[in-house]
This record gives sequence, C-alpha cells and structure tokens, in this order.
Amino acid sequence: MEADKINQLYFSDVNQPIRYDRRKFLKQLGKGIIVIFSLSELSLFEGWSQPTNAQDEEIDFNAYLRVKEDGRVDCYTGKIEMGQGIITSLAQALAEELEVSLDQVDMVMGDTKLCPYDAGTWGSLTTRFADPVIRAAAAEAREILIEIASEKLAEPIQNLEAVNGSVYVKGDTSKKIDYAAITKGKKMVRHLTKKPKLKNAEDFKIIGKSFISTDAVAKVTGRAKYSADIKLPGMVYASVVRPRIFGSKKIAVDATDLHNFSGAELIEDGNLVAVIHSEPEVATKAAQSIKITWEAPESKANTETIFKYFENTITESSVFEEGGDLENGKLNSEKIVQVDYHDGYKAHASIETHCATCYFENDKLTIWASTQTPFGTQKELADTFNMPLENVHVKQIFLGGGFGGKVYNLQAVEAAKIAKISGKPVQLVWTRREEFMYDKFRPAALVKVTSGVDTNGKLNLWKFDIYCAGTRGTKLFYNAPNNLTRHFNKSDAHPFGTGAWRAPGNNTTTFARESHIDATAHAIGQNPLEFRLNNLQDENMIATLKLAADTFGYNFPKKEGHGYGIALGEDAGTLVAIIAEVKVDKSTGEVHPVKIVCAQDMGQVVNPHGATVQTEGGITMGLGYALYEDIEFDGGMVKTRTFSNYPFTTFSKTPTITCVFMDKMNSKPQGGGEPAIICVGGAIANAVFDACGARVNRMPITPQRVLAAMNL
Amino acid sequence: MKQTISFKLNGKQVALAINGDESLLTVLREYLDETGTKYGCGLGQCGACTVIINNQTAQSCMTYVDGFENADIITIEGISNNDKLHPIQEAFVDYDALQCGFCTPGMIMNAYGLLLKNPNPSREEIISEMEVNLCRCGSYNSIVKAIESASEKMFKKI
Repeated sequence: MEADKINQLYFSDVNQPIRYDRRKFLKQLGKGIIVIFSLSELSLFEGWSQPTNAQDEEIDFNAYLRVKEDGRVDCYTGKIEMGQGIITSLAQALAEELEVSLDQVDMVMGDTKLCPYDAGTWGSLTTRFADPVIRAAAAEAREILIEIASEKLAEPIQNLEAVNGSVYVKGDTSKKIDYAAITKGKKMVRHLTKKPKLKNAEDFKIIGKSFISTDAVAKVTGRAKYSADIKLPGMVYASVVRPRIFGSKKIAVDATDLHNFSGAELIEDGNLVAVIHSEPEVATKAAQSIKITWEAPESKANTETIFKYFENTITESSVFEEGGDLENGKLNSEKIVQVDYHDGYKAHASIETHCATCYFENDKLTIWASTQTPFGTQKELADTFNMPLENVHVKQIFLGGGFGGKVYNLQAVEAAKIAKISGKPVQLVWTRREEFMYDKFRPAALVKVTSGVDTNGKLNLWKFDIYCAGTRGTKLFYNAPNNLTRHFNKSDAHPFGTGAWRAPGNNTTTFARESHIDATAHAIGQNPLEFRLNNLQDENMIATLKLAADTFGYNFPKKEGHGYGIALGEDAGTLVAIIAEVKVDKSTGEVHPVKIVCAQDMGQVVNPHGATVQTEGGITMGLGYALYEDIEFDGGMVKTRTFSNYPFTTFSKTPTITCVFMDKMNSKPQGGGEPAIICVGGAIANAVFDACGARVNRMPITPQRVLAAMNL
Repeated sequence: MKQTISFKLNGKQVALAINGDESLLTVLREYLDETGTKYGCGLGQCGACTVIINNQTAQSCMTYVDGFENADIITIEGISNNDKLHPIQEAFVDYDALQCGFCTPGMIMNAYGLLLKNPNPSREEIISEMEVNLCRCGSYNSIVKAIESASEKMFKKI
C-alpha cells in the first residue's frame, strides 16, 4: 500500500481489515499440506466470507501455512517484526489451533517473494486482523490432518483427536500417527471455504499464556540481521549530499574536489546527489567535498509560530461528529471552560536509522530495506524504475524500531537509484542527522476545546476543533449531549514531512481531551475520577477506569509535591486508562514520573507477557513526548538533529509501570502496539496540575512551561 | 596511505590495513563483517555501538586507531561460549529485556563492562552506568531486572 494512503488511514480509526489486491501465487512450494487464507471484511468472530472459485494460479490470500514433511510448520505472512512481538504471538495462535508446540513453528515474514501481499505492519492491525485468520487456517489444517489420519489409521474421524503434533485414537494412545508421517509425500493446497471450528478459551493451552520472544536469542547474540548487516561482494557505500533546508532544489553542483578521494564516484539523479566508495568513511568525506547550490523554500513558520499559522491558514474543516445543539448546551451550563492545547513535532528516533542494501542483477532488483511495508516498498521501487513488480524482491529482515516512521522508504529508492546508475551493489545508511531531517515527523497540532457543565456536574457541551491531528480515537465516549468535533487539515501545512507515529494524532487529541476533562472537573470543584465516572456512558470504559484506579490505589494519600493524574482513551479497538503519579520540583519545574498504572480492555490477550512489554514500551516512549521531545525548526530548517538535543526517556527517567488487562479471553483480540501510549501525555499533564497547580497546555511539559504555568 | 594495524578481537589476533581515520565501529562492521555492534548515531550519544576495550566499556563509533591498536577488544559476538550464552545474555532472554533488539548488543556490552568492574552493583549504580544507552522501544525496566539477575548469578559463582 502506498505511503500517502497509509497516512490517511493512520490518522483515522481503522475498524476493518485493509482490502488486498489480487496477487499471483508463486508456485515454488515444496510438498506438504498448505492452507491459504485471506482477510475479509467479515472477521472471524462476526462471520466468514471467502472467494470460492479460486485457482492455484491467481487467488486472493493474505497468509498461508504449510505443514511440512518433517512435521514442522511454516507460517508465511507479509507482516514484519520490529519489536512488537508478533513473531511470537502469531505463532502462538497457529500453534494453539494446529496442536503443535510453539517451537515447531517457523515464521517467514515480510519477504515479497515468499509471503503473500500485505498492506504493511502499522496501525496495530496485525493482532486484530491477521491473528484470527491464522488461527482459522491452523484449525482448518488440523481438520485436514485428522481426515488423512483417518484413512491411514482406518478409524472414523470422530474417534480421532490431534494432540501435540500427532493424531491419536481417542482412549487408545498406542494408536497414533504424527504430522510428519501424515504429510509425507503429499502436496495438498486447501483454501478456506468455511469457518473452521475454533477452540474455546477454556481449552487454550498456548493462547493467553505468556511466552518470551522467540527471536530473543538471535538478538542477544548479535546474530539477528538488520538491513545494514547485509554485506554483498563488491558492495559500495553511498553517502548522500543533503541541503540544510528541507525541500530545497538543486541549482548547481561543484565536484571539483572529488578527485582528492581516489575511487570515489559521483552519482546524480535529479535532486539526488551522492558519492559512492568501497569504504564508508571515504564516501562520507568525499560527499562533504561536494558543494551544491540549493534554492531553499521560504520559511512560513517556526517552533513558536506554527500554531497561529495553522489557525490562520487552515480554514476548511469537516465535521467528524455532532449531536444536540451547542447554543443550547451553552445556555444550560453552569460553567464554560475554553482552552487551546498545543503539541510540537515529534521524531520517531528509532535507534536504527533508515537503511537499505541492494543490488541489480540484469533487470531484477533485490533489496533489504528497513521497512514496515515490504510490499509498498516493492511497488514504489517498481514504479520508480518502471519495471514489473515481480522483478523487485524485498527480503525478510528484522527492523531496529519503526513506530510508523518506516512506512516511508525514501532510503530504499535512493539506494536502488544509486545501485542502478553505478551498476554496483550499494548500501545506504542514513546518518542520525539525515534521519532527523527526512523522518516523517508526528505533526505539530492544535486542539481548541470548549466544554460546559451543569450544576450536577454533567457535561452539557463539548466542542472539539482539531488542527492537524486527525480524528483517530476522538469519537466522544463521554456523555455530552451537545457536541461538535471538527477536523481542520491541509496537506501542505507543515514545513517538512509528517506522517504515521505510534497512534500519531491520538496522542495529541487524548492529551487535549483528558486535560480538558480535568480542567472542567476542577472548574466545578469535582474530583477528576468522580467526574469521569459521572460522565462516562460505556460500561467497558467504566470498568477499565475502575480497574486502573483500584490497581493504582487512587484514594491513597499523596506525598508532598506529588500528584496523581488520570487519562482515558480509545485506540485500535482497545480501551485504555492510565493513572500517573509524578513528583514536581517546584523550584525548577522539573517533573519526575514516579509510578504509572495502565489498565486496558484489549479483548483477548494472546500473549500476556508480550502485551505487557508492548504496554510498558508504549508508556516509556510516551513519557518522552509528554515531557521532553520537541523538534525545533524555522521553516524547513530542522534545528534538532541529534539525540543530544532530542532527549527522550532514559533509564533514570523510567518510573515503575504496572499493566493490567480486562479478562476477555473469549472475545476478539484488539490492538496492542499503540493504544497505551495515547494516554501518557494527558495523565502526566493532569498529575502535574495535581502536584503543583500548573496547568500546562502544551507538550512537551518542560520545566520552563511548568514554572510559567505555576506563576499564572 | 594504508597502514597495517593489529589488535585482539574476541580472543583472536587480527591484522588489517586501514586508512587510519576510521572509527572502530567501521573497522568491526565494514572491514571485519562483525555486524552485531550497531550504528545508532555516530556521535557517542546512544550506546548502540558499545564494546569492551582492555576491560573498559567504549563507544566504538568514537574510538579511533590510537584507542584500539594493539588493544584487547570484546564485542557481542565474543561473550558466548560456542552456543552457551553468557549469563548476561541469558538474563536478557529470561527477562525478555528487548524488543526490536537493535540496542541490545550495546546494552549487553555496557552491562558486561559494568559487571567487570562492579560485580554486585546496586539498582542505582546500574541505572547510572546504563544511562548513556538509549532504547526507543522502552525496555529499560526489564533491562535493569536482567542485569540485577545476571549479577546475582555471576556473583554467587565467584
């Protein structure tokens, strides 16, 4: 799927699987029992639909599994592993239904030649939409294995059961046949045509149990391969010459000093200017010798003026949700609270920068690219060189963090262009400085909120105008009868690239909504927990909030200088309640997170340990955007270019974190990679207010802003 | 002009020709194909490239020839014994103290250096020593637990 299409979806709620294109099924499989399956709009738990006239040659499918002749199972999916743990949790779903142990499953992921098409790994879609179909296919495979075993054992199907990689005659464990023997010499391709019989949660042996990441040993030994760990014979390193200001156009190139670097070669293709050399540091130094005259776009806004700029220039809006009558709401409110909330640009700052290693062999391109969208990258490359899709092979690889930033693959296009022009295998690793310029930042955003509350403490009015943060997660879950949510956006509002970032706009809008709920509660002198319970309508959200409050001990007394803050939110089908405790140093304005509790209703929790790791990770990352992270800029000149001036959460800044989940094992699994992070900003802002009375309406909540707000 | 230098890498003597201005990170990754050590920032601000030089932790992206010629260097590839993981690696697996895994070799090497000089560090000492290593996935709390556990196991053996 193309990056701009993903952008649109990333900032809105995606509540159904992405429809897939038809794709040729490559007939390169060996023997075994193969079950193929596709994601359809009707999910497993709501119904089931499949194309029925599929041919081997050309069919719709999204993943497949193969029970091999040795009894092991391969699962092929176009999803990629970037630390979110699906290499483990998808294998769990498969192992559960197929009745094999987890270590019998080999995950083959994100390879465009081996795996079926996938729209990319983003938006917390995998567990919601890929997990259920993998379960279904595994259940189907189990039924097929039992059918064949029935012939081989000369026993009726109803007398047989599959347990731990073998089919047994019920009540007679001596009569059995293992999967290897069943599969031997067979090649069967089955396409799911009906909803297979799935296990009930009560019978789960693997789903719902905690497993350590199956790729952990590869990662602790340094053997796990990332895109820049691939070394090709005759490979050269590329270093791209960049302008200081984003969006600059090349006017003239002066390469007169290049001859000082023996073996260095200049590559030019439009605005792309690069130097290649067999040694990376020579390539870098030679690139620094190239002088380019650039024409830079004019600056329209900087770090401080960007919010006014949005308000002044973005006048078109669309209504996302409305109800009742705002004027009526205003008239019947005891208190009206009106506040603007601001949020700056955030970088992904994955520790692995964007990189790619590639080579052309005749007219075929093979590439290892640090990408969340192997198939999107394949298409982008095929389009770039006007070549057929099947001539581009994007290989399976581990990713050193993605967080939405690796949905975009400029580095892959650059590396492939350089390889094409030079005729050599190429490796391009963006430097940290390049990463901080060509990252697609989470957009700065402004949210203008007006609320009204009546004498009973009931919300009566809710007006929510969102600039540049999208509507994802903004469907109102508080009961405010007179409401209006509008979305203001303009594609060229930002001075540099912006895009997906771990539930991007939902972080900003949740910060605005939850800060404002607190401010409204305070305006009528109510406790923020009571106020929320008094205005919530969704029973599941109420239960999630109560679970968080009980786990946290919300009613316990606080230490001097400490504060508690609540935030609620909804993302990727998951309900989130976070309660944070912070300590604020009133003399410096510094905020120290002390403790965070996160309760989530994420439906079925496939791997409780994995879900906990994701939640803790999201919260830890979230503290960064809440307290430290900001991109300083003037127009396209990004001034924040290194980790030293883009601080984020470190060891010493990580509080104790407790994660709890609602028990919903028989329901459908929901998103896990992104949801928890959305509530961090709001919970911290509210805790800061509770600790010292400073209501900071702009993230990050820096010491200066805390001090300024304390003195208001 | 190339110069031939030598050093000990994971117990083996290595000699190779270099230009003289490369970082140790480049020498390891690009000349010797030891890619377990990672590039994260090239400025000594993230710790992904951490290795051990003469029993001290060092950020290989900021270490040049005068800092590694004739030295004894240990990288992530050199701490396990055949297939037997080092206790720190084992603890990282047991506590699943990693997500994307990219910062992991640097984390483990910094922890290795810490336990060399202080086999039984307090939680505060671990945090203070590890502070320079960044993990964007947010596995810090698990990493601290893994190091505490490794230290306990190793210390008891001594």
